[in-house]
Amino acid sequence: MTPHLSHDLGVWVGAALTLCVFSFLYKDNPFYKFAEHLFVGVSAGYYIALNYWTVVWPNLLVPLGAAFHGQPGGPLAASQGDYRAFLVIPGILGVLLFTRLFGRIGWLSRWSLAVIIGVYAGLKTTGFAQGDFVAQVQASLQPLWTGNLYNDFGAILFTIGLISSLLFFFFSREHKGALGVVSRVGMGFLMVSFGAAYGYTVMSRISLLIGRFQFLIQDWLGMR
Amino acid sequence: MRWLENLDRRWIFLAVGVLVLIPLLRPLALPLYVSPPTQGFVNAMDQIPDGSTVLMSCDYDPGAKPELVPMTRTAIRQLWSKHCKVVVTVLWNGGPGLVDQVLREEGRAAHKTYGVDWINLGYKSGNEAVMVLMGQSIPNTFPRDNSGGVTTSYPIMHGVRDYSSFPLLVSISAGYPGTKEYVQQVQGRFHIKMVSGCTAVSAPEYYPYLQSGQLEGLLGGMAGAAEYELARHEKGAATQGMDAQSLAHMFIALCIVLGNVVLWQRRRRGA
Repeated sequence: MTPHLSHDLGVWVGAALTLCVFSFLYKDNPFYKFAEHLFVGVSAGYYIALNYWTVVWPNLLVPLGAAFHGQPGGPLAASQGDYRAFLVIPGILGVLLFTRLFGRIGWLSRWSLAVIIGVYAGLKTTGFAQGDFVAQVQASLQPLWTGNLYNDFGAILFTIGLISSLLFFFFSREHKGALGVVSRVGMGFLMVSFGAAYGYTVMSRISLLIGRFQFLIQDWLGMR
Repeated sequence: MRWLENLDRRWIFLAVGVLVLIPLLRPLALPLYVSPPTQGFVNAMDQIPDGSTVLMSCDYDPGAKPELVPMTRTAIRQLWSKHCKVVVTVLWNGGPGLVDQVLREEGRAAHKTYGVDWINLGYKSGNEAVMVLMGQSIPNTFPRDNSGGVTTSYPIMHGVRDYSSFPLLVSISAGYPGTKEYVQQVQGRFHIKMVSGCTAVSAPEYYPYLQSGQLEGLLGGMAGAAEYELARHEKGAATQGMDAQSLAHMFIALCIVLGNVVLWQRRRRGA
């Protein structure tokens, strides 16, 4: 593995910023602060430009422009199946969000927020009911005896885990006696799931480190 | 063991760094195997008819690059090996640039033409609202592609209306919005088959969807990406990273055991 340093300025900037961020592991320092502030500033600018050119321009301004220019039945030609002029309403609601910047009329932004919260509450509720609740309850009803020992063992273990974990969250009676035993079994199952989740979280974080090291070794130092 | 109680945490950072770095420079070739969720992903992709158009939602940003870019590359190569056309969307605002770069690299390598074999419809804000709107009309939801061209002007989009135009939805997801929202808003409502590749941190949340059959296959994190590469007889960035991953995990397990021993000793001393 002989190093072949990159000739790409972007790669050098990326490598320098990566090392600046890594320096925080030793202790907080100006290099880390510089990288952190640069990241926040660049991200804010990038997101504003991205949202304008990918959402506001193609989904609002272009269709509105088309609706108000050269439309045979005028801008409100809904009877002809063209509802683009109605985009004025979400456009106004979007503008109202910025009234928060002006103290006295800031309350106007609540109208926009009310629409956003209402729409998303509706979407979330139906989505959860359809995708999570009904489908998961259905999938929880498993046959415990099919003749395949491996599958049957899995189904029985699953059912014990499901019932005992549910009973662990039953707080209307003190966890003593039979309920105490079952809820402790449920707690055991929950602990196993927390352990698995923790293991996966570690994997995610180590992957980030591996990704940065791969960038430094392969892209920057050119050691392949 | 008392020295462990006052150990500077920077020694642990250093140890993890060294354990990750060494296998990247000198691979150990630790064994890997293909797990059933990964095999399910491969099989679901294999079962779609050759030449069909597939929807691939790449919902991630550079923070998930080491885990999700390798599986994006392998998935698109598998689809192109079946002469499938790929329509790509991005619901994370940090993602379009990265996803476009990956797709263009793969497209060049496979001699695939933009607008004919694949298209990047780019980013759209709105999360679940975008998913539901796509069920009504994809060209209306994404009137322009990532490079600003009119979506309907590309040959690949001629037969694309809504989710019914696709035999499979491939969700490569780093969190919200992603696989969970696609299952909730799209899979059940529009009856589309779905597979997911996700970051390891979100994988435990998605396993119930696999068990219920809402997902046909699941790739969990870098390990899932490496298994996918193994199943496709490829050796990419995920496979290269797995030795480092294994060593780091063993070290962290050791740290947990030692931490518990220290705590137990301290309790015995009554400290």
